Amino acid sequence: MSHEWHRPLENHWIRLSTFTFLAVIVGGVCLLIPPFFLQGTIEPLTNLRPYSSLELEGRDIYIREGCNTCHSQQVRPFKTETDRYGPFSLAGEGIYDRPFLWGSRRTGPDLARVGKKYPDSWHWLHFKNPRDIEPRSNMPEFAFLTETVLDTSLSSAKLSALRMLGHPYTDDEIRNAPGDAERAAGGIAASIRGAGIVLDATEARSEAVAVIAYLQSLGHAVREDDVAMTGTR
Amino acid sequence: MSSEGEVVQYDMQVVRGFAISALVWGIVGMTVGLLAAIQLAWPEANAGPWLHFGRIRPLHTNAVIFGFTLGVVFAGSYYGIQRLCRVRMFSDTLSRLNLWGWNAIIVSAAVSLLAGKTTSKEYAELEWPIDIAIAVVWIIYAINVFGTLARRRERQMYAAIWFWIATIITIAMLHIVNSMELPVSWMKSYSLYAGVYDANVQWWYGHNAVGFLLTTPILGLMYYFLPKQVDRPIYSHRLSILHFWSLICIYIWAGPHHLIYSPLPDWTQTFGTAFSIMLILPSWGGMLNGFLTMQGAWDRVRTDPILKMFAVGLTFYGMSTFEGPMMAIKTVNSLSHFTNWTIGHVHSGALGWVALTCFATLYYMIPRLWHTQLYSVRLANTHFWIATLGLLLYVTPMWISGVTQGLMWRAVNPDGSLAYTFIESVSAIRVYDVIRAVGGAVFLSGAFVMFYNVIMTIRQGSAAAPEPSLAATPAVAGGR
Repeated sequence: MSHEWHRPLENHWIRLSTFTFLAVIVGGVCLLIPPFFLQGTIEPLTNLRPYSSLELEGRDIYIREGCNTCHSQQVRPFKTETDRYGPFSLAGEGIYDRPFLWGSRRTGPDLARVGKKYPDSWHWLHFKNPRDIEPRSNMPEFAFLTETVLDTSLSSAKLSALRMLGHPYTDDEIRNAPGDAERAAGGIAASIRGAGIVLDATEARSEAVAVIAYLQSLGHAVREDDVAMTGTR
Repeated sequence: MSSEGEVVQYDMQVVRGFAISALVWGIVGMTVGLLAAIQLAWPEANAGPWLHFGRIRPLHTNAVIFGFTLGVVFAGSYYGIQRLCRVRMFSDTLSRLNLWGWNAIIVSAAVSLLAGKTTSKEYAELEWPIDIAIAVVWIIYAINVFGTLARRRERQMYAAIWFWIATIITIAMLHIVNSMELPVSWMKSYSLYAGVYDANVQWWYGHNAVGFLLTTPILGLMYYFLPKQVDRPIYSHRLSILHFWSLICIYIWAGPHHLIYSPLPDWTQTFGTAFSIMLILPSWGGMLNGFLTMQGAWDRVRTDPILKMFAVGLTFYGMSTFEGPMMAIKTVNSLSHFTNWTIGHVHSGALGWVALTCFATLYYMIPRLWHTQLYSVRLANTHFWIATLGLLLYVTPMWISGVTQGLMWRAVNPDGSLAYTFIESVSAIRVYDVIRAVGGAVFLSGAFVMFYNVIMTIRQGSAAAPEPSLAATPAVAGGR
């Protein structure tokens, strides 16, 4: 029989398993190792800064609520995409993104360039009920984010963990992370109140404020850096 | 070493446990999926922090992949390996730990995902303590299987075993590499990889989770249970060899097709496209080997619900493994990516190929596990037709919806400006979201029919009847 040559594998489980492992490890090594050493994937954009403690808390809430299941954060290099959203995504933007949040499905619009596109008050009302702003929207209400006080008890630990992974936070930033977050939240609350919306003490320190801080930071490195667009893709 | 003809007591307790838990998780996972579909069509169906789409969707995928599918894979591989090796599983203790450990993991997954504890990585959402538990239980399964292979009394290992070995090895590698994270608290961690690199690792994992959780172990089920049910050997042993090695060698390279037109280096994306297209051949090799095994038994497909499910399952395997490579072509991907086309593609594979093959496997095993006949063949036939109708009602609108959305996003007016706002594309696909929810409900109702049939079968049978001894001759290789 012509398949006798395969018998040595079929008859020996260690041999079969070893060859199987070799078959799958080759592709893994070739795809995973080289990008570690490619400039384009490891070099931050000039104006990229690590997330502030409030933005980081907001990002972690964005992850907790699974916002990435419906919103991508990856603008593709097509004119129709850059017209709709803004400059296409660059590798150098993601250096501080753990995990990456590109998403895989646009049930809602891409958010990579949403920063500063709408005022803080717009986001506040949109979280309360997206259909107050866009009646055709199918986004869930996130009113509960506006009613829950942001927990900053882990903020310092988070910054410190990220510093271990190479994010350039100073000792002061790590120590003052909760205080910094509260101060920054005060600024956003003031801007929402400035739009004529009444916030109580809980709302002014709510999780929604942190998420707004995060959303407003999205795309900052590209927005503030004209040179960025000529950088490595 | 036991002498020839000694009675072997196979451990069917663990198989019974996984068969039932898989069926329960299947119904839970599909019900949650239906809720998610309803939420997309009717946003009012979202409730508070615990039950909105962002938390429901990962629960759906985890329950159907890890609770249902993998449960059937555990059951089917424990059933098949003991018979193919003519020996009881290596360790009853490890089998029990596998069964209870895995189900504890699925319970903790359900609770933690609804509580918002997630890493956000698709199909790898669970936080680090559960990741560790998964690794431990997976190693327990591996030791149990390899220990059994080491003590087997059948020299030649049949193809189904190769596919299960590939599953064990590759999933261990993928899970460990992709789950590398630095804990901040006991339910919060940060990925060891960042940005583009994290995306690269995640989709190497994500794509191969499809390859080695939803393809190879299901092929293992097909290779064992389809020849058993038609009572004929697999059509071609040589084709098994060819398509097994080419499938696992090529599959592992195709992950970057999830990141086409992303900031990932272009050469990586090109690898993803090229290897995806190559994947058609090994995939269709498996499909053909299955179909040709049914040669001469096609008349039985009219009456046998298990063969019906295998036949439609293989058809959808062939269709989705052709569609996938097409979607990995840059031009097609620029239209399909980020749309419901992807959701339609996944479900043509997941409902058509994976779920139907799993149902067929359960229908084959359950009467034998409880030493009786299936309570109602007619109900199983009904289930087959309901499931097929449901999956068509699901997949077809998702294709139309995806193409609609992709075309609307790129449509421009004569002056070059965008023709549609984003929200117009949301409104345009709502009708398809509604039809999809109906399709999901139909598919789920089929699962309930099966559940009833299984309960009645178990009630008329008995687990305690004498275990079969040296009963099944392994499904041996064909002559070609």
